[in-house]
Amino acid sequence: MTGGGNIVARRPFPAAAKEKLADAQLRANLRRATHTIRDKRLRVVAEVPDWEALRVAGAAIKDDVLSRLPELLEQFEAAATAAGAVVHWARDAAGAAALVTDLVRATGATEVVKVKSMATQEIGLNEELEAAGIAAVETDLAELIVQLAGDTPSHILVPAIHYNRSQIRDIFARNGLTALTDDPPALAEAARRHLRAKFLSAKVAISGANFAVAESGTLAVVESEGNGRMCLTLPETLISVVGIEKLVPTFRDLEVFLQLLPRSSTGERMNPYTSLWTGVTPGDGPQTVHVVLVDNGRTDTLADDVGRQALRCIRCSACLNVCPVYERVGGHAYGSVYPGPIGAILSPQMSGEGANHTLPYASTLCGACYDACPVRINIPEVLVHLRQTGPHPAAERAAMRALSWTMRSRRRYAAALRAARRGAAPLRWVTGGTVRRLPWPMSAWTAARDAPLPPKQTFREWWARERS
Amino acid sequence: MVPREYEVARAPDDLVEMLVDRLVDYKATVRRCSVEGLGGVLAEVLAGTERIVAPSGVPEGWLSAYQGEVLRDEPRPLAVADLDAPGVAVVTGCAVAVAETGTLILDAGPDQGRRALTLVPDHHICVVHSGQIVGGVPQALRRLADPTRPLTLVSGPSATSDIELNRVEGVHGPRRLDVVIVDR
Ligand code: SF4
Repeated sequence: MTGGGNIVARRPFPAAAKEKLADAQLRANLRRATHTIRDKRLRVVAEVPDWEALRVAGAAIKDDVLSRLPELLEQFEAAATAAGAVVHWARDAAGAAALVTDLVRATGATEVVKVKSMATQEIGLNEELEAAGIAAVETDLAELIVQLAGDTPSHILVPAIHYNRSQIRDIFARNGLTALTDDPPALAEAARRHLRAKFLSAKVAISGANFAVAESGTLAVVESEGNGRMCLTLPETLISVVGIEKLVPTFRDLEVFLQLLPRSSTGERMNPYTSLWTGVTPGDGPQTVHVVLVDNGRTDTLADDVGRQALRCIRCSACLNVCPVYERVGGHAYGSVYPGPIGAILSPQMSGEGANHTLPYASTLCGACYDACPVRINIPEVLVHLRQTGPHPAAERAAMRALSWTMRSRRRYAAALRAARRGAAPLRWVTGGTVRRLPWPMSAWTAARDAPLPPKQTFREWWARERS
Repeated sequence: MVPREYEVARAPDDLVEMLVDRLVDYKATVRRCSVEGLGGVLAEVLAGTERIVAPSGVPEGWLSAYQGEVLRDEPRPLAVADLDAPGVAVVTGCAVAVAETGTLILDAGPDQGRRALTLVPDHHICVVHSGQIVGGVPQALRRLADPTRPLTLVSGPSATSDIELNRVEGVHGPRRLDVVIVDR
């Protein structure tokens, strides 16, 4: 819990959520986005006959990584170094941001191009660079929109989903990017023109990585627009900021994750572009390559037997898209760069600061996230665990004991949830989003706070029906 | 220790047909031809293109019927400005193609060249020999001669869905992707 940076919620979740619930456009956009992506995901997952076996393998590979992380990190360092990369280690967010800033400063560059990366958001890199007089240009379209608006992302995969097209055109216009109309192709064209000159002249690029292969020192970036390829190929210097849990032991393991990630994330059979590189290749791409391995609370998370599964996460965002709470409040309410169900278990484990202890309550425990997760993270289990072990008032502790009794049996839990949905139905139109009370045994918990409505049917029930 | 019960080898009935279906779904244009017909088909695809880039390993034969100027990346590497000039297309081969996901894998082999060649020009024409097509991702990764070479997995032209989730084809990578499948 010793991590820091942009993973610390400043306000308690219930207060932040309440405010967001009042934003009708936000809710409409989120609803449309999450439903569209989850429908696409279901379609492409259904056509993979061995999907469950892939999930089991993905979870097992990541568990293996977590069980021998120090050894694998050293193996990665040795392999990447042998391939010409320079590997650095950073204990926390501030250390990582300072390290990267020093690396950029040493090149003399005053502008860097960036590939969308959760890790750099987590460590507050753009802020640190700006303080050092270095402009960081986000090149992913949605990240660019959010950056130009002076805002923060609201979704892992589609960070600007809270804006509609006319708002985006206005944001562009205020920043000197002219789009002829507010049609998405015209807006994309405006971004292309704006960024092209930057790609072709940038000396330094900064990226994250989706995967880091211990045996070969290879890094992978999965993307759609080609902005990632531009950053990874054209500049002279490439600095990649990588959370230590991004490791996979062998190159072969990518055969699992390159199937799991695109289908779970964008709902595509494969994303348009995936780049893999190993250190420096003479005559091809950046000739100076740095890798910054970041801990920032991850080893603390590793110490918790139940909670450590959160580190399997491959940031696909499937759990956000199926979450009834996320769908109503959006990413900003979670106050951390990691929103939604995964954020509710990851942020409080990585950092005990601020209002993070309120995040494990940002859930109805409906279980849809667990079903959707490509690496089978039992998010409800970790939520309950964190509620039990985290700081909370006595009434909640009692409720949690009841809840945990319910949670221990899948049947008991399913029954309670069905009861909750029945109980909630008449309230749906009256309160328009939250219920005042849930039936026992969840009632003790909701007495203390408004609970979001459980979905009309759980993903599990729906899935079973859909496939029957 | 890691249970690998998943399929390592996918065997669809018709590899080529599946690959074509996936590529078309990504809004790539696909043509099929015989070995002898390749030069003619490429000239057709390149009609109206005045200048192309071809990595050193692209055989002269592929371009025998093409009328425009051919830029080679050696002896001196082409400047980024040459690659970025309006109307320039790039013709390459690939290392392996994945039918199930509609993916072309480039591994910087001689007929693919360094990564910038297939990135900066706005039009990429990729030649796939039918023997290079495999069923699924595991088979494809196993085929790679050296996974530590720079690898690019291409599944359709560049795209974004960042604005109201409307898919727009063509952002920074080549906006046009033509695939020519050579049947043997
Ligand atoms: S927790 Fe699972 S579903 Fe959620 S983002 Fe991570 S990998 Fe995806």
